[in-house]
Order: sequence, then C-alpha cells, then structure tokens
Amino acid sequence: MSTQTPATSVRNSIVVDAPIERAFSVFTDDFGSFKPREHNMLAVDIEETVFETRVGGNIYDRGVDGSECRWARVLAFEPPDRVVFSWDISPQWQIETDPDRTSEVEVRFVAEEPGRTRVELEHRNLDRHGEGWEGVREGVQGDGGWPLYLDRFAEQAAA
Amino acid sequence: MRTYQTDGLTALGDPTRRAIFERLADRPRAVGELASDLPVSRPAVSQHLKVLKDAGLVVDHAVGTRRIYRLDPDGLRDLRAYLDHFWDQALAGFKAAVERQVKETP
Repeated sequence: MSTQTPATSVRNSIVVDAPIERAFSVFTDDFGSFKPREHNMLAVDIEETVFETRVGGNIYDRGVDGSECRWARVLAFEPPDRVVFSWDISPQWQIETDPDRTSEVEVRFVAEEPGRTRVELEHRNLDRHGEGWEGVREGVQGDGGWPLYLDRFAEQAAA
Repeated sequence: MRTYQTDGLTALGDPTRRAIFERLADRPRAVGELASDLPVSRPAVSQHLKVLKDAGLVVDHAVGTRRIYRLDPDGLRDLRAYLDHFWDQALAGFKAAVERQVKETP
C-alpha cells in the first residue's frame, strides 16, 4: 500500500472470485454467516444476524431467546459499490448509545475483472470511542469481552 | 494493574483532551495554534498535551523555538490491533462464503 493508514483507522482488503454484485449482496445479506463468532454481546447464542439493507437500518443480532442487540446503524447503502455503517460498540464491549462516541466502517467494492472483486474496508474515527474509556480500567481485569481479546493479542505479539 | 492501553483510554476521557487529540489527528500543530482554536488557555493546553504525551498518545519535537505535537502512531495500538484482527477474520470468512456461493450457483 502506498497510502499510510491514519493512526485513528484500520484498513483491510481482500480480493474474492465473485462478481461485484454478488460480493456486495453476500457481504450485506449474509453478514451473519462470516462474522467472527466472538462478536456477540448477547447473553445467549445468536440465532441470526440481520443486516437491514437501507440507510437508517440497523445491523443486529437476534439471540435464540429472542433478545436483540443492535450494534450498528447503516449510514450509506449504495449497491454494488459501497456501504457504510456505524460501530456502536464501546471498548468495554457494551452498546454505545451516543453517536458521537462511535466509529464507522466503510466498505468499498471494486470490480477488478468481471468475476473478481476487491473489497476494501476502513474502520475509522477510532478516537471517537475515547469518551467514556475511563471504565476500561476496571474492565481490564474483568473476564470475557474486549480485555480478553487484548490479552490474546498480547500473547500473540509476544510469541 | 496499570497498562499502557489503560493510560491512553483514560487520557481521552476528558473532552478538551479529546478535542486536542482530534485536531492533531488532522495534522501536527504547535501549542499556540491549538490554544487559539480552543476555549482554554495556553498553559491549560500545555497541561493537557503533557497528559496525552505521558499516556503515549502524542509525541512532540522542537522546530526552532516551538514544540510541534503530533499523534503517536502507536497510541491506539491495542484498539487497532483488536479491530485489525477482527476484520481480518471477517474478510477471510466473507471470501469463503462468497466463493462457495459462486461455486454452488454459478
């Protein structure tokens, strides 16, 4: 990559052997099929993940007991090129209700060839989660959720 | 347990420090420039910058008689590391899912 990733973002990309329309529809309609399993703030297992394919919609998990967790707001929905959603999850692994304290994820789809699509993802404005991060001091020593992943990272980094 | 990460998170809990941090995310700036742009005094800005610096979120260097502050690229290291890993996993899973579907229904 020739461009430098800002300190307040993470960027990722992948090339898939699929037409752009298919890539876009799988990413949105089937988001729950590939989302990492640990991404679950419900007390129970997830029955399904729903990606409401319109601006103003939500991405939410529905648990096997019917409980729901709405953890993203769809900010832009432009098939098959682009989708943007908020990341309403605090570093304490709680739902963040103040939109000013949320980051956002932009996903762009670029056709490289008719059957080949590059997917570029940027998760940005991470510093906006700053407000309210004081509680992490307690959370660091709790079990599960965010601190656990950070520990895992530290182990990997040290290995 | 004090951790590098916790220091950084606590430092950003203050609205003024966050405002300073966001301005520095835009581009490096001197103390005077930050103070003229914010409803706080220059000494207050200096104090906030010291907290951000101690927390590992910003770094400074001298240019002539001025000190220029910029974000420390490692400041959000833990959060970025977590999300980087998360999206790596998600995109790998996405690739598998979309290519499986293409194979099944070409």
